[in-house]
Amino acid sequence: MVKNRTPADVLCDSLIYFLLGCIFLITIYPFWNQVVTALSSKQEEAITLLPKGLSFGSFLLSLDYPGLWSGYRNTILRTVCGVLLGTTVTALLAYPLAKAQLPFNRFFTALVLFTMLFSGGLIPNYLLIKSLGLINTFWALILPGLTGAFNVFIMRNFFRSLPDSLEESAQIDGAGYFSIFTKIILPISSPVLATVSLWIAVAHWNAWFDSMIYIQDPHKQVLQVILRKIIIENNLNDMERMTQGVPLKDLFSTKQLQATVICLSVIPMLIVYPFVQKYFVKGIMVGAVKG
Amino acid sequence: MAGHHGIVSRFAGGSGLRKRLIQYRVLYFMLLPGIVYFIIFHYIPMYGVTLAFKDFIIKEGILGSPWVGSKHFEKAFTDPSFYQILKNTLLISIYKLIFGFPVPIIFAILVNEVSSLRFRKAVQTASYLPHFISWVVMGGIFIMIFSFDGPINELIKLFGGNPVLFMADERYFRSLLVITDIFKGFGWGSIIYFAAISGIDPQLYEAAVIDGAGRWKRTTMITLPMLVPVMAIMLILSMSNILDAGFDQIFNMYNPSVLNVSDIIDTYVYRKGLVEMQYSYSSAVGLFKSVIALILVLVVNRIVRTVGGREYALW
Repeated sequence: MVKNRTPADVLCDSLIYFLLGCIFLITIYPFWNQVVTALSSKQEEAITLLPKGLSFGSFLLSLDYPGLWSGYRNTILRTVCGVLLGTTVTALLAYPLAKAQLPFNRFFTALVLFTMLFSGGLIPNYLLIKSLGLINTFWALILPGLTGAFNVFIMRNFFRSLPDSLEESAQIDGAGYFSIFTKIILPISSPVLATVSLWIAVAHWNAWFDSMIYIQDPHKQVLQVILRKIIIENNLNDMERMTQGVPLKDLFSTKQLQATVICLSVIPMLIVYPFVQKYFVKGIMVGAVKG
Repeated sequence: MAGHHGIVSRFAGGSGLRKRLIQYRVLYFMLLPGIVYFIIFHYIPMYGVTLAFKDFIIKEGILGSPWVGSKHFEKAFTDPSFYQILKNTLLISIYKLIFGFPVPIIFAILVNEVSSLRFRKAVQTASYLPHFISWVVMGGIFIMIFSFDGPINELIKLFGGNPVLFMADERYFRSLLVITDIFKGFGWGSIIYFAAISGIDPQLYEAAVIDGAGRWKRTTMITLPMLVPVMAIMLILSMSNILDAGFDQIFNMYNPSVLNVSDIIDTYVYRKGLVEMQYSYSSAVGLFKSVIALILVLVVNRIVRTVGGREYALW
């Protein structure tokens, strides 16, 4: 914008780069600290910037820990299942709600909207899941949070923004609403479908509270609950059993094992994240445009 | 949102309506799974709040349990610990709002001043990342970072200070909650401001440059004023969540030694309800929160509609 850069401009630029550089390092550092803690063999020393000694032992032990794998399996299962069911139900609900001429549209819209304003709260929800017999079942993780009013409205607004002419020509050809929906609307709605799917996916991937209160069987627990036990509750009993009688403390410090499982849980996220980031950012924009 | 269509449920006479219901039957079938979901998993629990006015007997269920009026509310309102958790909830929430609100704005403005696209992208990408990591993992990371032999205390020792037990010290714990919450959310929160900044007409800046306005002037005289509507909306919207002090964060970070300053409504409801099994009492405290939240949303939405116009309001 400005061609002649004054010394003041250069100084200002340097200051901004320096500040943002610091912010960048501060956002990265807590994660980096986990990596170096997990890799250090001399745990008695203070570990800050670089590993003190090098050992992959805690990674090998953690990778052998069956809880981590069953946790991953259950998390992936609930994420895939939750996204497929959740996005389908959301889209099926959003499409009719986008039709202003549909009788009772306002009633159904209000029914969905009100759930954004008021909720029964923890105990009534818990008792509902209990009385439906869903305690300790996979469905307790899927059904209660199937979708949300916000997702429905984001999708409805997107459908509403599509030109009517798209559907009109198909209607003249005699296509019904459902085939218009699957053959014309869905294929051009990939941006909003991707965004809502990813929102649901992240919610499932990171969910822990529902699994903690609804699931008792450790083999059915999701990754976040397994992690919680190790890194928040400091409970390493399951790993203790894997060392053939050698006390776990003699091999690895608690901190090292905690840092290791943190790394093992964040790494898949780091791999996927750069590819999907833009859909989230787009999604915020989609959400900002109201119908 | 609902108010946009005045024409929708207008009755065009009995037979006309029936004809239209049949005409649109496929659409109603499409609605069905979603509506059934909302009724079962949202409206039945809403009915379940009647539990707050009953003495829950497991064998009888919610319907069969006897009514006791406002007993549980009276118990809560006369319990000093209720006021402590209310105070904690409000304090933590308001501190988060005051200190957390400007950070994404400043960050967005700073990043916008950067000309190197690669640098910009790297900083932005890193800043969004913590948003995608659960509070279980982030909580674990922060507990380690702030632990007695963790890197923050190493830094303090480097400058000759004495290490602090951050996680167990009532004086520091709330600040810690605020700082770590900002850490996790500022990048993500800045996206809306990036969008607003990129929507500012470049001609404004060009004209300002011709008039000899420097960078600081352009930021304070153009960028900031143009962001005011978005800021106002974001601020007002966050008011309606003032009773959400952050269950996921606090539940994963607190411990008995800081319970006094960090126990909030949601953690209290969880402990009283699901740990101590006082279902009715816990429901009453939960209902208190839901009702206040409902009132806040209604008031805030009214304010947004009056101040910012319809397009910013929730409905």
